[in-house]
Amino acid sequence: MRGMVLALMAVVVPATGAAEPLSVAASACTICHGPGGHSAGGVPSLAGRPPEDLLRALAGFRDGSRPATIMDRIVRGYDDAQLAAIVAEYSHVQRRGAKP
Amino acid sequence: MRRRQLLAAGGCACALAWAGPVAGAPGARVVVVGGGFGGASAALTLKRLDPALRVTLVEAGASHMTCPFSNAAIAGMMDPERLVRRFDGLRHAGIKVIRGAVVAIEADQRRLRLAQGECLDYDRLILSPGIDFRWGSPEGYDPAAAEIMPHAWRAGAQTLLLRSRLRAMADGGLVVMVVPGSPYRCPPGPYERASLFAWYLSRAKPRSKILILDAKDSFSKQALFLEGWKALYGDMIEWVPAGKNGRVVAVNAKAGTVETDFETYSAALVNVIPAQTAGRIALAAGLADNTGFCPVDPITFESRLCPGIHVIGDAALAGEMPKSASSANAQGKMAATAVTASLRGRTVEPALGLNVCYSLLAPHYAISVTGVYEVRDGERANVPGAGGVSPLGASPDFRRAEADYARGWYANICADSWG
Repeated sequence: MRGMVLALMAVVVPATGAAEPLSVAASACTICHGPGGHSAGGVPSLAGRPPEDLLRALAGFRDGSRPATIMDRIVRGYDDAQLAAIVAEYSHVQRRGAKP
Repeated sequence: MRRRQLLAAGGCACALAWAGPVAGAPGARVVVVGGGFGGASAALTLKRLDPALRVTLVEAGASHMTCPFSNAAIAGMMDPERLVRRFDGLRHAGIKVIRGAVVAIEADQRRLRLAQGECLDYDRLILSPGIDFRWGSPEGYDPAAAEIMPHAWRAGAQTLLLRSRLRAMADGGLVVMVVPGSPYRCPPGPYERASLFAWYLSRAKPRSKILILDAKDSFSKQALFLEGWKALYGDMIEWVPAGKNGRVVAVNAKAGTVETDFETYSAALVNVIPAQTAGRIALAAGLADNTGFCPVDPITFESRLCPGIHVIGDAALAGEMPKSASSANAQGKMAATAVTASLRGRTVEPALGLNVCYSLLAPHYAISVTGVYEVRDGERANVPGAGGVSPLGASPDFRRAEADYARGWYANICADSWG
């Protein structure tokens, strides 16, 4: 399973490693999840996470199947297309320590 | 109409002189005033979006002490030094940081005047000046009174003063908090402060009492605060709403007294949070309306009174977006994106704005409020059905998790804002 995730990452991380700046919409997440989605701790990082993992988590927050403190309240402000666009941006950010 | 009235009053001479965006975006000069959450986030975003921009940040202090978590420092839960943000990250990103106070904005010349007599030319200006106080509201509250009855509503020396006054207080004393009507910086902040006063006093001076005299009849996260106070501190905190004569009309710093219409309270420690306006430079530049705050476009945060100047953070009137660090950070990004686009002759689409705001009631007990703000009918308004506060009656584990997330939020929003 871990191997699959890593293999997927190799596909979604651009070879150059040069990240586009996050859009205004996506950069809203960074106040809690850290600049570029790299969290200093306490809150999970988003950088380099596969979009399907993040979308699954967000769907769980929305339908209540995944425990939440605040994400259940936040996710209701976004439609599916907005969430898909945001997670796509984070999937293209290279994880710290990950090799390109 | 509003502009016409202001012009008639001589309030905004700059409005008609603004000549529109400059041509030739590369190397354009953007000046950001204010090194708090809004200004720092705007400056970093500008550089990130267009590394060729010449970005200058002007800040009166050598560093910035954050208001978020300052209540924890006042209560002795953390060292105040940990609230201090320095500007090395901004400089490292290629931003020129100038220490100075802006005394005038000559909008028709696109020029700032600094207290030292220097001038600073710009093509675009983003103001994040924070708040200033309406001295005399309540009556008798002036800068000298603030040395005796600290406000600590702008972090810095006042934070340290309130911290030391709390420590010096004798057991069994009465602490009175004077809380203003809306709008003011950080709507739940006074009640977090009362909570953390109680956290300190319940351990160090357990016979003491806290009285909140409020100019309002309800407040942010009210039911959650009341639930938490009862669970954590019994009846140590008493809240007096405006409808029960909680509105303070005057203070006497020398006598240590606080007056409502019907009663005079004598207290061991008084914390007055006075009524507020946008930072002084925004008022001087004619950017504020009769509320004392600055009306702005909800997409670009460009002033509705002076084109070419963007106002963000606590100084701005941003519809339902509250005056919080999270809002200021978000607005810094939005204004920076709009400025970068307009220098290239482009416009920006509205993006959702997010507010996340935690309040600590104890080291392992926190509650939150959040909102997602769209542009609706020309104003920032919460997306219906989104956001809201933590649930009532949640488990200790839930409150503990929110306290951990509050600390995570603080570390991450600071890294996000100052680099």
